[in-house]
Amino acid sequence: MIRFEHVCKRYPERGDALSDVSFEMESGEMVFLTGHSGAGKSTLLRLIGLLERPSRGHVIVSGRNLATLPRRKIPYHRRQVGMIFQDHKLLPDRSVFENVALPLVVTGLSHKEVGRRVRAALDQVGLLKRERALPVALSGGEQQRVGIARAVVARPPLVLADEPTGNLDPDLSREIFDLFERFHQVGVTLMIATHDLGLIHLRRHRTFTLHEGRLADDSGDD
Amino acid sequence: MARPGTHARRRAAPGIAELPRIWLEHHLRSSIATLGRLLHAPLPTVLTVAVIGIALALPAGLYVLTENLRNLVGGWDQAAAISVFLREDVSDREAGAVAELVGQWPELARVQLIGAQEALDEFRHQAGFGEALAQIKENPLPAVLALFPRPDYTAPEQIEGLQQRLGQLPEADFVRVDTEWLMRFQAILDLAQAAVGLLAGLLGLGVLLIVGNTIRLEIQNRRGEIEIMELVGATAAFIRRPFLYAGAWYGLLGGLSAWILVTAAAIALQGPVSRLASLYRSDFPLAGLGPLPLLVLIAGSMLLGLVGSWIAVNRHLRGVEPD
Repeated sequence: MIRFEHVCKRYPERGDALSDVSFEMESGEMVFLTGHSGAGKSTLLRLIGLLERPSRGHVIVSGRNLATLPRRKIPYHRRQVGMIFQDHKLLPDRSVFENVALPLVVTGLSHKEVGRRVRAALDQVGLLKRERALPVALSGGEQQRVGIARAVVARPPLVLADEPTGNLDPDLSREIFDLFERFHQVGVTLMIATHDLGLIHLRRHRTFTLHEGRLADDSGDD
Repeated sequence: MARPGTHARRRAAPGIAELPRIWLEHHLRSSIATLGRLLHAPLPTVLTVAVIGIALALPAGLYVLTENLRNLVGGWDQAAAISVFLREDVSDREAGAVAELVGQWPELARVQLIGAQEALDEFRHQAGFGEALAQIKENPLPAVLALFPRPDYTAPEQIEGLQQRLGQLPEADFVRVDTEWLMRFQAILDLAQAAVGLLAGLLGLGVLLIVGNTIRLEIQNRRGEIEIMELVGATAAFIRRPFLYAGAWYGLLGGLSAWILVTAAAIALQGPVSRLASLYRSDFPLAGLGPLPLLVLIAGSMLLGLVGSWIAVNRHLRGVEPD
């Protein structure tokens, strides 16, 4: 599903964010990505979502080398990748429904079908009753669930989450992780960046640990 | 139901036959939504539209003015083109003979003889002259031949030739070409209309810049939204579309307000123009923008809005990348 081959990412102002990262991830796998803040977790996810391009090396997603993907094809790649952010990245002036509908609207799906799928996604994250609310009216945990609903509403085969529980208390964090577990069970490939080691130790999934831009450890689920 | 992943491959792609309908629906929805958003923030929209409207009302109004002057002059085409003033010693009988002779010239459609007495009577009827003329014992007015050239014989050099031949008639005192000033006036009008065209071009450029700047600000204001759209896989065309529609709407509404301004001005001026015309014992209905110029105004304005936003979108949307 995802393969990194000797990937380096260097920012002119910060130096190397990733150096010589290689790994492979199977379709349907759920992987945790840990490390200190600044270790390169976000950069790694951004390379997969094509928000960045590597300075060196290759990123291959679903058998396609992203380096050869022309600019105009990037949107179609992103439709295959649901992205969840610590700061949710919701539109403050749009209702919960409209926020979640965005990935479907950009594909030109019919109005009726959009409504049906958005409600299904909101139902999954338990926010069906809040569809008319604006994001500011929601708690942090609810806003994150809206972000998750938006990431999965178009049913992408791959979901990336960057510190999805960064601002949430442990109970809410567990709820969010349970949600990811459910997606995993229906075959979605997930990569979740988190520094919440307590939460991931309870779950038996592969964990990648980044340390100063290097993939230090690739522990299996055994 | 929405179980991610499992449905990804099963999601039915829209059939080829359905694509035009989807495309149309998409554009329709996008354009209406854009209009809705513009009207949601009425003040900036009204300001932009008003600026465009005023900018376009100026050349449109001047165009209407010159067209009206052209109509006015066109109404005088039926006036005698050449007047031949006969010498005072030419008798009425001799004058009639000359009129008959000249009437046979192939270049002339019609010849009208206005005898000295006839001219005096006509003059007397005009306000103010009656009393003055009563003081004069002898008729000071000569007999006049009013000549109307055939419509295919009105080129300046043809008229000039005619003028020379008429001047050689022994009974002619002098020959005046009435169309001379008309032709000059036509030339001035042509010049004025060319100037209106230039002005329209200049102000059209202004409209382009106004719309471009408005769209640029809008792109800046909606930067966050654009970034999120890009994150969820919106194509460049999809992101561009509402801005292009906004430009077209600005243009359309601006063109309409220019039309309203010009029409309002025409209605406001109709009263004074009618009073002026009545002083000349004439009736002159002031024309507004005709259907074709109106179409040109609205379509041109819309096109300017579209091109203005296109330039802004191409210049500024490229810089927006998700972070």
